[in-house]
Amino acid sequence: MPAAAPMHPFARLLELADLQVDFPSDQGVLHAVDGLSLQLHAGEVLGIVGESGSGKSVAMMALMGLLSFPAQMRATRMQFAGQDLLHASAAQRRAITGKDMAMIFQDPMSSLNPSFTVAYQLSETLRLHLGMDARAARNHAATLLAQVGIADAASRLDAYPHQLSGGMCQRVMIAMAIACQPQLLIADEPTTALDVTVQAQILELLAQLQRTHGMAMVLISHDMGVVSQVAQRVAVMYAGQVVEVQEAGALFDAPRHPYTQALLQAMPQRSQGAKRLATIPGMVPGVADRPSGCLFAPRCAHAQTACNTPAPIHRDGGSQVRCHFPLHPLGAIA
Amino acid sequence: MNPVQPAQVVVQATSLGQTFRIGRGLLRAPALLRAVHDVSFSISAGKTLAVVGESGCGKSTLARMVALAQEPTTGALALHGVQVLGARGTALSVARRAVQMVFQNPYGSLNPRQRIGHILEAPLQINTRLAAPERRALVAQMLERVGLRAETAERYPHMFSGGQRQRIAIARALMLSPALVVADEPVSALDVSIQAQILNLLQDLQEALGLAYLFISHDLGVVRHIADEVLVMYLGNTMEQGDKNLVFEAPLHPYTQALLASTPALGRPAAPRPTRLLQGEIPSPLAPPAGCVFASRCPHATSRCHQERPALAPLHGRLIACHEAARLAASP
Repeated sequence: MPAAAPMHPFARLLELADLQVDFPSDQGVLHAVDGLSLQLHAGEVLGIVGESGSGKSVAMMALMGLLSFPAQMRATRMQFAGQDLLHASAAQRRAITGKDMAMIFQDPMSSLNPSFTVAYQLSETLRLHLGMDARAARNHAATLLAQVGIADAASRLDAYPHQLSGGMCQRVMIAMAIACQPQLLIADEPTTALDVTVQAQILELLAQLQRTHGMAMVLISHDMGVVSQVAQRVAVMYAGQVVEVQEAGALFDAPRHPYTQALLQAMPQRSQGAKRLATIPGMVPGVADRPSGCLFAPRCAHAQTACNTPAPIHRDGGSQVRCHFPLHPLGAIA
Repeated sequence: MNPVQPAQVVVQATSLGQTFRIGRGLLRAPALLRAVHDVSFSISAGKTLAVVGESGCGKSTLARMVALAQEPTTGALALHGVQVLGARGTALSVARRAVQMVFQNPYGSLNPRQRIGHILEAPLQINTRLAAPERRALVAQMLERVGLRAETAERYPHMFSGGQRQRIAIARALMLSPALVVADEPVSALDVSIQAQILNLLQDLQEALGLAYLFISHDLGVVRHIADEVLVMYLGNTMEQGDKNLVFEAPLHPYTQALLASTPALGRPAAPRPTRLLQGEIPSPLAPPAGCVFASRCPHATSRCHQERPALAPLHGRLIACHEAARLAASP
């Protein structure tokens, strides 16, 4: 069991407050991320779960500075390791991205450049951020490949991505991400494209690297099972908002938000032999039918009249829940 | 759930096999890829056989063969007791009406330029002599059956969400009242809450219409929920086959055990796993191991496993292809 993250203020690695990402469209403005506030301590593993379109990837892309036109980003605070990312220059951001803050993506086959060898792509990071020369970078690349469990690493250096399997490509991506010993690793659906036996290997590898390097990790997944394997705390997103954050074990045993509860009940793993699965009626709100009150109210089994007004966020330490009537009580309204 | 009634066998597959020839250029002999090797099963009305396995194990090829979309290179396939392999002309089109498919990706499997009504009417237009008003009435009926409004027929696929499109795809598969539905990863592209709706719908339809399902999936949670019987494939070969509860609660094949152990369980603490993870990856189907196909990754493999391919044989109420299974089952 991983130790609880220290509550020391200096150990606070990441602080996001009221992050908004909008995409203007013909039908109106799409609020992809709507008021996301999160904190992450050094060495902590946070899972973010949500269905497609819930804004989990977009939020992390915003943090990495990877959003481009027409996305519009605002936040009241975006601090990483003592640096203000909101007002950082492009050069300052480049120095952080890929070095102190690294990301791995869902599809390993298409996130590697097919025209360059593994060694080339790995050394690029090493030469840029650590100033290594070509020979040192190549040697270090071999060490990194060995670290991520690629057998016969030296001979794989000159392989092109198409010569490697999906699992191997993801290991290369991970090697690239940990090349500069980042303080924060963002893994966006790192195992979704992989088979279940390979997925287990990659999750094990990520957990082991996280422990040995002591880095913080944000694991994004639509799969509650995957998140529950690795994360210490879990954030649940719905329609661009974080609806609940809780310690992982507690979240799965006693969810506070009705959406989390409904999502867990809809999982076949949780059906426990019941003939029919529980479902969530209706659909995630779109641009046109976004409710003015609580976003989940139209689909919520516990909704009352009060739910037609925006849901308040209750906070207590590292936990939060955005609901008028949480299923389990939490500290006072923030 | 109703053991008194003798269930009618809808489909009987015997030793189905598929070998692809992979061209390697002008001067070299083509390589042979054995996608499926010697797979047998039968499915009764109202029952679900789930085929599980990782990518490249041959499960989709098996689905295509059973759906008569691809002629097997070996084996026999009977629908309602009638051999359908090699059938041509009318016999083939009659057989094809009895088997329909639902595909994984509801975005790719509906023609974006056709109205839903047109998509659903097509099978009737081709296979029946019904007049247009009758066809439209059947379409309206079917749309309601899968939980959509009859007006849906006037709309185009892009107006629907993934879950609704999968309902439309299911409706299309049912237009000709098939006896067997081959569903190839029907819920893999859907979010959890939508997945639950579609699984419920599939089960309701099965109960109401007595459908037999061949359900292809890589998701063991889904399979555990929906299947009656399970067939575990690895590199084109059957590893373990039998009653769902037997296979899931007491898997005997090392591969089935590894597959179940690899599936993330909910809410388990992030502690080191008690079970050993499978090492390595699936070998290339172009150069499968000489003995047991799983031997290269199996924690229990002996020298015999590397030389001699185990045959599928009964053990503790299911079929299993493993030299060591009996010994492993006996030792605690």
